[in-house]
Amino acid sequence: MSMTTQANGHRMKAVNGRKRRPNRSVLGDLGVWLLLIIVAIIMALPLVLAISNALKPLNELFRFPPTVFPIHPTLTNFSDLMVTMGQSWVPFTRYLANTVWITLLGTAGHLLIASMAAFVLAKYDFPGGRTFFNIVVVALMFNGYVTAVPNFITMSKLHLIDTIWAVVLPAIASPMGLFLMKQFMEGLPFSLIESAKLDGAREFRIFWSIVMPNVKPAWLTLIIFSVQGLWNNRASAVIYSEGKKTLTYALQQIQAGGVARTGQAAAVIVVIMIVPIVTFILSQSQILETMASSGLKD
Amino acid sequence: MSTFAKKYVKLRKRNAAIAWEKARRNRVCYLFLLPYAILFFTFFILPMITSIFYSFTYYNILEPARFIGLQNYINLILQDDVFLTAVKNTFLIAVITGPVGYILSFGFAWFIHELPRWIRTFAVLIFYAPSISGNAYSVFQIIFRGDSYGWFNAVLMHLGIIKTPELWLTNPATIMPVLIFVILWMSMSTGFLAFVAGLQGIDRSQYEAGYVDGIRNRWQELYYITLPNMKPMLLFGAVMAITQSFNVADVPMALAGFPSTDYAAHTVVVHLFDYGYTRFEMGYASAIATLLFLVMILCNKLIQNALRRVGT
Repeated sequence: MSMTTQANGHRMKAVNGRKRRPNRSVLGDLGVWLLLIIVAIIMALPLVLAISNALKPLNELFRFPPTVFPIHPTLTNFSDLMVTMGQSWVPFTRYLANTVWITLLGTAGHLLIASMAAFVLAKYDFPGGRTFFNIVVVALMFNGYVTAVPNFITMSKLHLIDTIWAVVLPAIASPMGLFLMKQFMEGLPFSLIESAKLDGAREFRIFWSIVMPNVKPAWLTLIIFSVQGLWNNRASAVIYSEGKKTLTYALQQIQAGGVARTGQAAAVIVVIMIVPIVTFILSQSQILETMASSGLKD
Repeated sequence: MSTFAKKYVKLRKRNAAIAWEKARRNRVCYLFLLPYAILFFTFFILPMITSIFYSFTYYNILEPARFIGLQNYINLILQDDVFLTAVKNTFLIAVITGPVGYILSFGFAWFIHELPRWIRTFAVLIFYAPSISGNAYSVFQIIFRGDSYGWFNAVLMHLGIIKTPELWLTNPATIMPVLIFVILWMSMSTGFLAFVAGLQGIDRSQYEAGYVDGIRNRWQELYYITLPNMKPMLLFGAVMAITQSFNVADVPMALAGFPSTDYAAHTVVVHLFDYGYTRFEMGYASAIATLLFLVMILCNKLIQNALRRVGT
């Protein structure tokens, strides 16, 4: 690259000024905006359809040709869903509590345990560390359909079947989270850890109060993946007592209740999506807004 | 010869002693790793090894597995014509959607990163929307319906491009393009979010130093500052892209039917699912999984080596 300094006074002013970066052409910016808007419209399709379907009265759901937006928007689908849920044999709050437990335990455990492992794999050189990490990455690629049967056998030997642990424990050890955390921790400068060591900090303290705050975008992303996976987990293969079933499973049973429930089914799709979307928005805005000023590189 | 052997043994002993000393000094590392390692071994490694073992057996889930050596692999490669079709389809999907999806994920993460702050969260949400609910792709069943009520047909007929409705998901010639489009549409997933988070962590002062050093346009900035800083996330995204593009199964099964016309949308994992869960030939399904696994490891190796050279 020609390192001849092109920066003149005018450009430097722009650096200190608010938004505009000095090395961006207006035409390029316009192109990017246009591209983003066009693709965003295509991408937004499922969300828009799901929400507008839930707001349609029954007769509009069966209209041909189908309309994108409801003509007479209504909330009847949601109130009908409330009525159906109120009539279920196992109290509805029970399903909700089961799912909330699974999601909380799985996400918290995964965050802590996978991050601890990722921390030593990224920042310490010890025999077996590299090999272990390579195995974790490779394990991501093995197909889940065929491991389902051996996994079920292991779980039944450990008496985990029909308990929430059958969902929670594998979620805690999910390879993807470790991989993600390790990649982000790798970017932290060694000097940061060395200076903490000189100050007399023990490993757990270094991990908890120095490394973790500096990889906040990573673990907020991990929370999104984990919550999304666990909240949508039907767990139908490993949990069969009605009182232990998950919310998603119960709602999908309502959804499968035939043509008469088409409206409620549309509402179910929206209800199931609420928690992942709220988690997503909360953590994304954290990632995108609070981290903007920090920067830690050596 | 014997002196050589002695020397070798001595060397090995010395290396082992060094490793042991290193392990002893870092023993707290093993403590950090232990909880994860135990769970990971129980729920990921153990089932994986068992499945690879099943691939050398006849196993129908009900009866105990019976060892048959390489028979599954021989049948798979020499006799199973449908498998060869599946391999062809999977490669076509992986070769197109893997790299293109990866580049799109990075590109859009990068573009969104440059947007003003107030709109960024919303923009990320919109781009991630196809992945947020597990089966959002089922909208495409309505869009690509074979009759004139399907939206795509309706639009094309309204514009006068086609006269009669097209059977997009039944005609072997059009299944693949539709599938590839849908899979690309879903490709802003894990890798995309990792890129968004990674871009956020790059030190601002490096960009400012770049302006002073004469980086003139966004492409130079991308190549000399952004990409080298993003290397760990690029590696992560690549592994996820490989995993997703080789494991395509749900989308073709939901859209093109199971089995699809002329096996036009039959992928390796659909084939695996067919044997594992409709015919209960777990041994054969495990052999398919093992072969796919080996191909993916190889592919991963090649890509990781290529990515190491980025920005150097």
